[in-house]
Amino acid sequence: MAQIAESGGGDHGKGKKRAKKGSTHVDMTPMVDLAFLLLTFFVLTSTFSKPKVMPLNYPAKIKDKTDINPPKANNVVTFILSDDKAYYYRGEFYPKSRPGENGPTELTEANFGSGENSVRKLLASWNEYVIKNKVELDKKLDKKQIADSTYDRKLNALTVEREAVKVLIKTDDKALCKSFIDLVDELKIASVGVIAPTDLSAGEKELLKAKN
Amino acid sequence: MPKIKMPKGTPSIDMTPMVDLAFLLVTFFMLTASFRNAEPVTVETPSSISDKIIPENILMVTLDKNGRVFFNLSDAEARKEMLNSMLQKYKIGLSEEKVEEFSFMSTFGCTMQELPAYMNVEAAKRASFPTQGIPTDSTKNELLDWLTFAATAAGNTGRTAFEEAKLKGGEPKMEDFKPKFILRVDSKTLYKDAQVVIDVFRELNLNNLNFVTSAEAIPVN
Repeated sequence: MAQIAESGGGDHGKGKKRAKKGSTHVDMTPMVDLAFLLLTFFVLTSTFSKPKVMPLNYPAKIKDKTDINPPKANNVVTFILSDDKAYYYRGEFYPKSRPGENGPTELTEANFGSGENSVRKLLASWNEYVIKNKVELDKKLDKKQIADSTYDRKLNALTVEREAVKVLIKTDDKALCKSFIDLVDELKIASVGVIAPTDLSAGEKELLKAKN
Repeated sequence: MPKIKMPKGTPSIDMTPMVDLAFLLVTFFMLTASFRNAEPVTVETPSSISDKIIPENILMVTLDKNGRVFFNLSDAEARKEMLNSMLQKYKIGLSEEKVEEFSFMSTFGCTMQELPAYMNVEAAKRASFPTQGIPTDSTKNELLDWLTFAATAAGNTGRTAFEEAKLKGGEPKMEDFKPKFILRVDSKTLYKDAQVVIDVFRELNLNNLNFVTSAEAIPVN
């Protein structure tokens, strides 16, 4: 296919040689083929997005084992993860031997979808107060009525208020990292500010055993 | 009726603009693509809505789905410093070239005993190096030592970088140069295994951790 057209400028026998007239056409097809091959290769192999990170603050390790009573807080939800399932209960833990006002604590299962009984729906209703106030803060930030630092400060203050949901995450030996990260993700979607991964208590372990 | 004359022969199309464009794109992709270093372990990270891009100066612990622990420190200078401290502590000898090579590697995972053998293996074959990863058990917690030395070394290089940025002008924030602590877990890793690593971090009072996740769309409402 590669040919150089030699029109004009033929051999006219004796006499002076004439310069070739007209343009020389180079067949570019192979070059174009190669260019597109390379293009396809780079398009398919390049990854555009750098990996993202999700920050999570863990509670500081307690060096002094004598003081392990966690501080009491309002509106606490405890999530317990096992395998790829998630269970929750609200408020304090009441064992069967010492039932609270609403009876002993029971675990309810929740899923990671977006339909009925999903963590997302539940959190959206529990944490409505924070979500509503956050929307207003967002609006103010958009209109530049408040500075970034003020926004962060106000948002932090909002998430520790009495009405805001605080979450404890407890995991058993079979829990997968995927469900843990999914849960933290859902909490961030619902603007939960206080997230504390902690250990299972003996009573909770028993409840979990009964569930499985 | 006169017939419309069809042109004879093959019509030639001027391909120059197309070729120009193709080469432009090829050049663009060649220049923007950055090739990843070979990793000794493949990890499928879970997804989240977080849009925070992975920072520059990082200490990264990787956990594969079997719970093996791997470690990576991003800064080459700091890696050298960390490795030298580790070699001294565990009284293991490694040639100057291997130390140099180590400083340009990425993620690695083996016990200190295995390290000379691990370094002798070709880079491409390190993925199949038979190892249990970095030990984290309480009796022989090598990860704790790696992290301790890495945090110090990365802290030092971060400070130097900060001073340099300050000399160049502008108002750099010290926060941006401090080493960040990253945890990369596979979706199928047991959280129990991750907790062991997290506890090592917490032991060193490093409580602000970051999980590597792939991006996911933010749900509407």
